[in-house]
Amino acid sequence: MTAKHPGLVESYLFNRDTIHEIQRAATEGIYDIRGMGAKRYVPHFDDLVFLGASMSRYPLEGYRERCDTNVVLGTRYAKKPIELKIPITIAGMSFGSLSAQAKEALGRGATAVGTSTTTGDGGMTPEERLSSKTLVYQVLPSRYGMNPDDLRKADAIEVVLGQGAKPGGGGMLLGQKISPRVAEMRDLPPNIDQRSACRHPDWTGPDDLEIKIREIREITDWQKPIYIKVGATRTYYDTMLAVKAGADVIVVDGMQGGTGATQTVFIEHVGIPTLPAVRLAVEALTELDMHRKVQLIVSGGIRSGADVAKALAMGADAVSIGVAALIALGDNDPHLDQEYQKLGTRAGYYDDWHAGQCPAGISTQSDHLASHLDPVLGGRRLANYLRTLTMETQIIARACGKSHVHNLEPEDLVALTVEAAAMAGVPLAGTSWIPGRS
Amino acid sequence: MSKHSTGAAQLPEYVHDLKQSDVRALNQALHDLDPAAPVTHWKVLNAAGDHALAVGIDANANVEIMGHVGYYCAGMNKHATVTIHGNAATGLAENIMSGVVRLKGSASQSAAATGRGGLVVIEGNAAARCGISMKGVDIVVQGSVGHMSGFMAQRGRLVVCGDAGHALGDSLYEAQIYVRGKVEDLGADCIEKEMREEHVKELQALLDKAGIAADAREFRRYGSARKLYNFNIDHADAY
Repeated sequence: MTAKHPGLVESYLFNRDTIHEIQRAATEGIYDIRGMGAKRYVPHFDDLVFLGASMSRYPLEGYRERCDTNVVLGTRYAKKPIELKIPITIAGMSFGSLSAQAKEALGRGATAVGTSTTTGDGGMTPEERLSSKTLVYQVLPSRYGMNPDDLRKADAIEVVLGQGAKPGGGGMLLGQKISPRVAEMRDLPPNIDQRSACRHPDWTGPDDLEIKIREIREITDWQKPIYIKVGATRTYYDTMLAVKAGADVIVVDGMQGGTGATQTVFIEHVGIPTLPAVRLAVEALTELDMHRKVQLIVSGGIRSGADVAKALAMGADAVSIGVAALIALGDNDPHLDQEYQKLGTRAGYYDDWHAGQCPAGISTQSDHLASHLDPVLGGRRLANYLRTLTMETQIIARACGKSHVHNLEPEDLVALTVEAAAMAGVPLAGTSWIPGRS
Repeated sequence: MSKHSTGAAQLPEYVHDLKQSDVRALNQALHDLDPAAPVTHWKVLNAAGDHALAVGIDANANVEIMGHVGYYCAGMNKHATVTIHGNAATGLAENIMSGVVRLKGSASQSAAATGRGGLVVIEGNAAARCGISMKGVDIVVQGSVGHMSGFMAQRGRLVVCGDAGHALGDSLYEAQIYVRGKVEDLGADCIEKEMREEHVKELQALLDKAGIAADAREFRRYGSARKLYNFNIDHADAY
C-alpha cells in the first residue's frame, strides 16, 4: 500500500518485485543469475556491539600503545606456516571470473599490507603469482589448471568444498567470459558455458578427504599449510570433520559471501549467515581442544574494521574479503554511472558480474574493458582499504584494552537483537541472557 | 632404501622396501631426483595398500611397485613410468601430467581423474568414474569400466576394450571415447559418432602404444553432441 496511490494494495506475497520476477522467468525461460552475495537482511555483525572499557576494564591509548595484528596460519602440520601482518586476507576469486588486471591488483594490494591473496577456479596465472608475496592455491572440484608445479609454487593450499553463496553447488562461467586464454587454462573450447562440478572427482566424504590431503602433503613434501574451505551450513560438524581430515586451517564462508555467477535462488536460500557460522566453528574447535591450533578464517559480508573485530572477538583467527575487495578496486564506482546505465543498471546496484561487461574492468575478459583497470592504482586502493580496516580493528581492540587483536573475546560483545544473541552466543544487551543457553 | 651398483639394465638401481622404510621417504627420494638427469630405475617392495605412493614425481624415473596400492598412486605424475604389479584403490594416477602409469590389475573408482596428459593403461577393469573430468590424458582399459566413466571429460581419449557402465560420457566436452563391448547407456549429451578411417588409425596407434592387442575396427566411437555447451531452455531435461 502506498500513500501516493490510496486504494492500491500491494500484496506481501505477490509484491511488484515478485511479479516482475515471474514475468521475467516466463519471458526468458531461465533462472536469474548474478554476482555478489545474499542481498536480503539476515542477522549480521551489525547486530552486535562492543562493550568497550569501563570501570572494570582498562583501555589502551589509541595512538600510543601497541596493538598487534599479525597472525600465523598453518601451525598444525605444515613445515612452513605463513605469517601475515594483518588478519584480513583476500578470498579466492578466479581468473576467468575476474580479469588478469583485477587478479594482479588484488595481489599488489594484499602484498603491500603483508597479507595473502588466493587463486580461484581456473588455476594460477603468472601475473597473480608475481604480484602476490603470499598466494593460496585453491584445489577445487573442477581442477581447472591444476598441476603439481603450481602446487609447489603456492605458499598455502586451500581445498574448497563449498562457498557461502552456494553450498552444495558447482560453479559456472558463461560463454561470454570464456576467452581463448581462459579456455586454454581450463582445457575447454572458447565461448561455451563452463560448468564446474560441485563434488570433487576423486574423493567422497571426510575419510577420503583425509587421504587426499595426505597426497597433497606428500606431493609438496609437507611444506605448505593446507586449508579446507566450507560454505556455512552444518558448520559445527563440518568443522569437526575438517579437523579430523587433517586441515591446518579451516575457512568458513557464510551465506553473505560473494560469487561471480550463481542463481539468485541459490544465493538467497541455501546456507546460514556468517554470524552463527563463526560461533558453531569456534564451538567445534573448542570441543576438540583445537581452537587456535587449527586456525579459523571467516568470510561472508566483512565490510569494516568493526566486522573484522567482531569476527575475531567471536574466535576467528582471521577474516577473508571478496566483494569488498572488488569494490575497493573500483567496482560500482559512481564515476562509471553512465556506463552502468547503458547496461540497464546504476552504480551501487551492478551485480551482473557473470555477464563480462564490467565497465570497471574487473569482472570481464574483454581486453578493452579490462584495460580500464590499472593494476597499480587498483592495488593502491585495495591497500588503502585494507589499512583502514586494520586501523579500525585496532581502534576497537584498544578500546577494549587489548594489546593484540586476537585478545578480543566474546565477553567484549553483546547483541542488539534476540536473534543475534542466539546466533552469536553472546548476551542480549542489558541482560545476561543468551537464548538457548539460559 | 638400498642402492645397487650394477650395469645390468634389468636390475633396479634403487630398491625401496616399504617394510623397512615409509612412504614419505620414498616420495622424498623420488622428488629429490633431477628432472634433467638420465632415467633411474626403482623397485618398491611390499606395497600393501599404502596411499599416495610415488606421487608428484617430476623426473625420468622408471618405478616398479610390487603389490596392491592404496589411493592416488602415481598422482600428478610427470615424465616417469610407473608400473604397479597389483590392484589400485581410488584415484590411480589422478591429474597425471605426462609419462606412463601401467596397472597390471584392476582399478577402483576415479582412475586417471582430471589427467592432463600422459598415458594410463589398466590391464584389468576400472570401476566407476574412470576418466572423470579428464583434461588430455589417454586412458586404455583392457577390461570394462563402471558407471559415469568419462563424466565431464574435457580432452583426451578413453578406450575401453570391454563394456562400459551406466551414463558413459555424461556431460562430455571434447574428449573422445572408444568402446569395444556393450555400453549400458549413454549420459547426457553423449552420442555415438561415425568411426572413420582416421579414427581407426589413431585408435590403433594408441592401442599399440599401450601394448594392448586389440583391433581398432572392433570399436565404436562416442563424443559430445555439444547441445549443452550453451544454455537452452528447450534442453532443460538434459541438465
